[in-house]
Amino acid sequence: MTTILEPSPSTPHEPLEAIRIAGLSKSYRSGGEEVVALDGIDLDVRRGEFVSIVGASGCGKSSLLNIVAGLEAPTAGTVRTAGRIALMFQESALFGWLTIRRNVELALRLSGVPRPERRERALALLEQVRLGGFAERRPHELSGGMRQRAALARAFAQDAEILLMDEPFGALDAMTRDLLHAELEQLWVERHQTIVFVTHNVREAVRLGDRVVMLTSRPGTVAATFDVDIDRPRRMEAPEVSALASEITDRLRREVRSHAGR
Amino acid sequence: MQVDELAPDSAVAGYLGQEIDGLDALETPSVSRRPRAQRWWGSTWPKLAAVTVAIAGWQMVVWSGWRPEYALAGPKPVFAELWRLITTGELGAAVRITLGRAITGYLLAAVIGTAIGLAVARVGVLRTAVGSLLGGLQSMPSIAWFPLAILMFGGGEGAIFFVVVLGAAPAIANGIIAGVDQIPPLQLRVGKMLGARGMSLLRHVIVPAALPGVLAGLKQGWAFAWRSLMAGELLVIVAGHRSIGVLLQTSRDISDVVMLEAVMIAILVIGVLVDSLVFGSAERAVLRRRGLVAPLP
Repeated sequence: MTTILEPSPSTPHEPLEAIRIAGLSKSYRSGGEEVVALDGIDLDVRRGEFVSIVGASGCGKSSLLNIVAGLEAPTAGTVRTAGRIALMFQESALFGWLTIRRNVELALRLSGVPRPERRERALALLEQVRLGGFAERRPHELSGGMRQRAALARAFAQDAEILLMDEPFGALDAMTRDLLHAELEQLWVERHQTIVFVTHNVREAVRLGDRVVMLTSRPGTVAATFDVDIDRPRRMEAPEVSALASEITDRLRREVRSHAGR
Repeated sequence: MQVDELAPDSAVAGYLGQEIDGLDALETPSVSRRPRAQRWWGSTWPKLAAVTVAIAGWQMVVWSGWRPEYALAGPKPVFAELWRLITTGELGAAVRITLGRAITGYLLAAVIGTAIGLAVARVGVLRTAVGSLLGGLQSMPSIAWFPLAILMFGGGEGAIFFVVVLGAAPAIANGIIAGVDQIPPLQLRVGKMLGARGMSLLRHVIVPAALPGVLAGLKQGWAFAWRSLMAGELLVIVAGHRSIGVLLQTSRDISDVVMLEAVMIAILVIGVLVDSLVFGSAERAVLRRRGLVAPLP
């Protein structure tokens, strides 16, 4: 059951959580065999919080995001989300037949923005991700990093309270990724959005998150949660980031080792 | 080294924007294209050369005396005859009739083929029911339909349209099915995530995403329509309509090989022109916009 709670800032009993996941399980049938992808996940995400989710292969990270986004139904448990949701993928998945301005405009149109406002708002959003000068280009004319920024602008266009990101920078080179981390952090501070960021890169998770949630694999359960008390803006190379990343990586390795010989 | 490590964080110092802009500039290739006239000539001369070689080969065969001149005429008299047919307006009148039929029949086939294609692509039961039938229909030679068409419609234009539609519609439907099948599932998910459902998903995601396949189907449909039409015009002669097929049939009846070959050249040229000017350029434009083919240098 996915219940969408419309945000109503005026009500005094407004929930503090943007996302409440309780007892969530998901299993698939594959070749007559029951595969449990997620098992009893409990996770609350506060409004305006940046939560990173890390885990080894097979932890069901993508399933979790799909269920929160409402694209898949859970087998058991509940997901309550307060507000609209935008989802960003590893590939930009921009529409190749539209310029990036029109890509953003389509998102505005589908969220009900009237025609006269669309162009101006699309350009403003592209300006925010520093792509103002590339508005009339098509996705194939841009680099991978630029495409992901255009996808980010499109996600912002939905004006969603919650942004789910599924390894959005996984396919980018280190230099570009570094810059996008700084930019995402800055935009998140400006927009007060709730972000759930799935990645397999532990350093990236620590670099960005207020909290890092570690999932186990097969089935995916919440193994541990780490609070990241490091001042922003952060750097990937900062010693505090490295220290916490090492700690989490050690836990993750132990978890992976436990699967050997099973 | 020491200085570097002590340098302020780039994001804090406000260099972030500059760094991103710098990387963007480095990663967008600067394209310098040759002037238009030069590009046109570059893509035209190989075609002209090919035509010249073909005509030269034809002339060689004639000169070799392999067939008597009343059975195979050379390029010179044929082009003179073509010129006569054009200047007297005889060819123009025939082309008007034939192209009129082609366009009517093709549009009919496009409407029917599109409707069938979309229905089969989106509805699972229909796909299982008629999916393979469409492929079978496409391999059925159109000329095999004519005896039935003539019985059904008499000797009129109806028989011709019937066969043209049967020839072209399956190709168009198959193109649409292939186009829809090739849409990456991720794009459909993104469309749904953006809030597109039903008709808006069809309009904003499915139709544009399937366009390259649809265009390929429309192009193939035209080839089938044109072939079926030529067969039809040879078999079904409608009184008072001097179509291209009638010109061809007449020249055979009076053993005028020069006129026969001239009309054949006209048929070939029309087919090539429609194929490249209408469908070829549309297809190239669509593919180039999406970065699926390299732009001409």
